[in-house]
Amino acid sequence: MWRDIVLVAGKDLRVEWRSRVTFSQVVPFAGLVLVLFGFALDANRPVLERATSGLFWITIMFVTTLAVQRSTSIETTDGARRALLLAGIEPMAVFAGKAAAVAVQLLAVELVLIGGIVVLYGAEIDAPLLVVATCLAATVGIAAAGTLLGALVAGVRARETVLPILLLPVLAPVLIGATRAFDDALGSVAVDGWAWLAMLAGFGVINLVLGALSYGVLLEET
Amino acid sequence: MTTPVRSEAPAHTGSTTTRLLGVAVIVGLVALVLLGFFGAPADDEQADAVRLIFVHVPSAFLTYAAFTVTAVGSVMWLWKRSLWWDLVAHGSAEIGVVFCSLTLFTGSVWGRPTWNTYWDWGDVRLVTTLILLLLMVGYLAVRSMGGDDSAVATRSAIVALIAAVNLPIVNRSVEWWFDRTLHQKSSLTDGNLEDLTLFTMLLGVVVWSLFYVWAMIHRFRVGWLERELRFGDLDVAIAQRRAEARASGDGGGR
Amino acid sequence: MTHLGYLLVGWGASLGALGFYALRVMQRGRRAAGRVPPERRRWLAAEETS
Repeated sequence: MWRDIVLVAGKDLRVEWRSRVTFSQVVPFAGLVLVLFGFALDANRPVLERATSGLFWITIMFVTTLAVQRSTSIETTDGARRALLLAGIEPMAVFAGKAAAVAVQLLAVELVLIGGIVVLYGAEIDAPLLVVATCLAATVGIAAAGTLLGALVAGVRARETVLPILLLPVLAPVLIGATRAFDDALGSVAVDGWAWLAMLAGFGVINLVLGALSYGVLLEET
Repeated sequence: MTTPVRSEAPAHTGSTTTRLLGVAVIVGLVALVLLGFFGAPADDEQADAVRLIFVHVPSAFLTYAAFTVTAVGSVMWLWKRSLWWDLVAHGSAEIGVVFCSLTLFTGSVWGRPTWNTYWDWGDVRLVTTLILLLLMVGYLAVRSMGGDDSAVATRSAIVALIAAVNLPIVNRSVEWWFDRTLHQKSSLTDGNLEDLTLFTMLLGVVVWSLFYVWAMIHRFRVGWLERELRFGDLDVAIAQRRAEARASGDGGGR
Repeated sequence: MTHLGYLLVGWGASLGALGFYALRVMQRGRRAAGRVPPERRRWLAAEETS
């Protein structure tokens, strides 16, 4: 089981690494969104500082839809999904592996974006541990929900537009929770960030379980 | 030639049951309007704006009832694989979206004179209901994308489950986000409503529920017929061709 | 009556939306039923026995 998860995750990451899309397109896109928010908020430092955590996570939501779409298209091209099933890998392991690969990519983008908000928005990180924990907990939930919904729309016409419609409302609690936790970690609003972390973890666990249970049905029937 | 066939199988989705239900809904609506506007007393604080409760609360109640039916139908589809449950889930979601939009709209209209704002981000029920609407619009989007019938049913059933599981988390998170709410705790239990107001509100719930049942029966039959159209057997196709030939060739517009 | 504008908009939208949906679902039913051969309209057969 664990070996299969690592196998699937490794496969996806290798495909990503060789295509260089994450680094040559997704990361620049994320940076661009940060710059555009800067323009939109009129270089107004106080406003930008208050909005930093929200803008950070909105950017991650956009990046998520891209990452999930790429992760899904790996399986839909050339009937690779069927091949995975034929190889005798548990659907649960496929789900966990693909989610892990998406999570690794998102964490890489988050790392770059944290640099971005420090440099561009003048964010000061008061609680590094909280930042790391929030990124981890939120990313697990985002990757789980994203991978499940990605597989769900895999066989659908116009999946590029359907995916955000489905994914973004589901991720609403992550956006709220991770933004509040970052508000605390960056010292912009006085809230208890650690309490929000529990909610993020809960979201992650619930969506991991949901995904693990329903991924097999999706792989086999759609 | 066509007349005797039509008398056996009328070309619409009505039946004695739906006609009775329809009459009951219309009578109920007339009673609701009369009671709502002239029977129930004005509120001490909200004056006549309180009369919006008679459309807002039934819509909210039916929103959650309809989506509960969708969730149950989805689970039953995944479990029993019966077309019946899939059609129920689909129909209920469609009607639920109508009620959900109405809930948000009437709530906004009611909020303006009483809370002095159309919308409040801190209000848990408001934001949760909006997210629910977005989720169900996504559900209907998946349904409308087409594909193999059972694949669509499975896909959308899982969307409904994801929505049902995540909605409580949305609710919790909004509640923590802003620790305040403009909504009265519950219109039913706080005992501040006049008897006739309460009665009229419950009448509203009954009328809305009757409408829901009426619409569900029709919507179910529409779903059944449209499925027949999409996946008719060969003999159905042949019968259609014959019917088209009989209809002197003007069926080419399909 | 106070707030009459709000009341009319709220009630009007509610009754209007329900009425519109009702008409639309009946219209859809008529259109679909007209194209399905009678022997395949099974829900009608089931009902006639009752």
